[in-house]
Amino acid sequence: MGAISILLMLFAGIGFAGLAIGMGKLVSTKRRNPVKGEAYECGLPTEGTSWGQFNVGYYLFSLSFLIFDVEMVFLYPWAVTLKEVGVPALVEIIFFMLFLFMGLLYAFKKKALQWK
Amino acid sequence: MTSLQIDFTGFTQWIGQTLSDYLSPGWALTVELILAAVALIVMIVVLVILMIYAERKIAGFMQLRLGPMRVGWCGSVQAIADVLKLLLKECVTPFKADKFLFALAPFIVLTTSFLALVPFSYSPGLQLWDINIGVLYVTAVSSISVIGVMMAGWASNNKYSLLGAMRSGAQIVSYELSVGMSLIAVIAMSGSLSILEIINSQADGWWIYKGHIPAIISFMIFIIASTAELNRAPFDLAEAEQELTAGFHTEYSGMQFAMFFLSEYTNMLIASMMAATVFFGGWQPLYLPGLDGFNAIMDYIPGFIWFFGKVFFVVFLIMWFRWTFPRIRIDQLLRLEWKYLLPISIVNVLIAATVAVFEWYL
Repeated sequence: MGAISILLMLFAGIGFAGLAIGMGKLVSTKRRNPVKGEAYECGLPTEGTSWGQFNVGYYLFSLSFLIFDVEMVFLYPWAVTLKEVGVPALVEIIFFMLFLFMGLLYAFKKKALQWK
Repeated sequence: MTSLQIDFTGFTQWIGQTLSDYLSPGWALTVELILAAVALIVMIVVLVILMIYAERKIAGFMQLRLGPMRVGWCGSVQAIADVLKLLLKECVTPFKADKFLFALAPFIVLTTSFLALVPFSYSPGLQLWDINIGVLYVTAVSSISVIGVMMAGWASNNKYSLLGAMRSGAQIVSYELSVGMSLIAVIAMSGSLSILEIINSQADGWWIYKGHIPAIISFMIFIIASTAELNRAPFDLAEAEQELTAGFHTEYSGMQFAMFFLSEYTNMLIASMMAATVFFGGWQPLYLPGLDGFNAIMDYIPGFIWFFGKVFFVVFLIMWFRWTFPRIRIDQLLRLEWKYLLPISIVNVLIAATVAVFEWYL
């Protein structure tokens, strides 16, 4: 059907979610209650907000993800043209992977990929 | 290979032709699009309801109990009853939440999982659009859902939600790499990113058979990594019930929660469809060399039954994992990815490339 199908599914998703949530809001009971709007944590009144600083470990993982994801973007076109190019493509990708592997080893050495 | 399979190309063309006979071109296109969207949504909802039922029955089977039995014959309408229950539940928004982001998150999560359905081919001729970068498109679009998950966790202003969202973000993002790598291994052998061409390249044998060692390794990596990406047990740290109540959707209720639930199962369906397409030949029937009678019988089974049979086989595998392995810790989870799966899949890509270049297919 062509590129319009992406737009179609976009609107289908938004429309379906909107319809379902809207219908739920229409049909369901609505009883306001001050306790109901509290955060569902431990039963005790919540201490402070949860919008604050967060463990830096996640940041390191997202950084190393970025490096390897960019690498993968290079691999997709390589995989498609591999058969046409043949052996040269294979040799080149071995070197490419070797350098990336060194990057991964470096990340291990620096303990960037260790959960603290 | 003269296939006797039902081809839907004629059927879809007939619909388009009939509509343009009666309506002006603009309206014909609109009606066709609406029909396609409704058909896909109905398909997703029916499959998700089937999967929920299957999940419960399999869980019951594995734990030596019956599973749902009361609603309908052998509990067959239990899932529908649950949807009705969720429909009648109130959508509570916490007072301290970021109201706009809180309302937006379910839309993003559901829409991305719907968007990822565009390039899949369900049966010969039954496909929305054969994008020439189909596999890349699916991996790209389905990774947008991380934003929805993080948004839900952050907007709830709840510590459990935030922790769950962060864990699930780290997990999805890490395992994305292995999923991509394992797909690249097969793409290197098939030489195309288009879903239809990948399926057509498997007419003389599925990749899991034809690609022997690298294909089997990459299927194993794919199934482990996509289980982790789906946040399912044994990788369900993001919603570890005993620690984080429900993870990023702790604060959601009613239909808003149902949207998260639906998108979770749709994502599972997408991962299984990807595995079925790339490794098990999509709607290609099973042919055994030398057995013409057997192959002729296989031809009579329609393509969509083959396709969804394979999809549900992978779904069953993912459900099986859930009741076999205990949940792992977050450091073990990240170590598994970065120390084992990623290096193995990088080496596997090289093996697959060697196989593809020298054509050492079975």
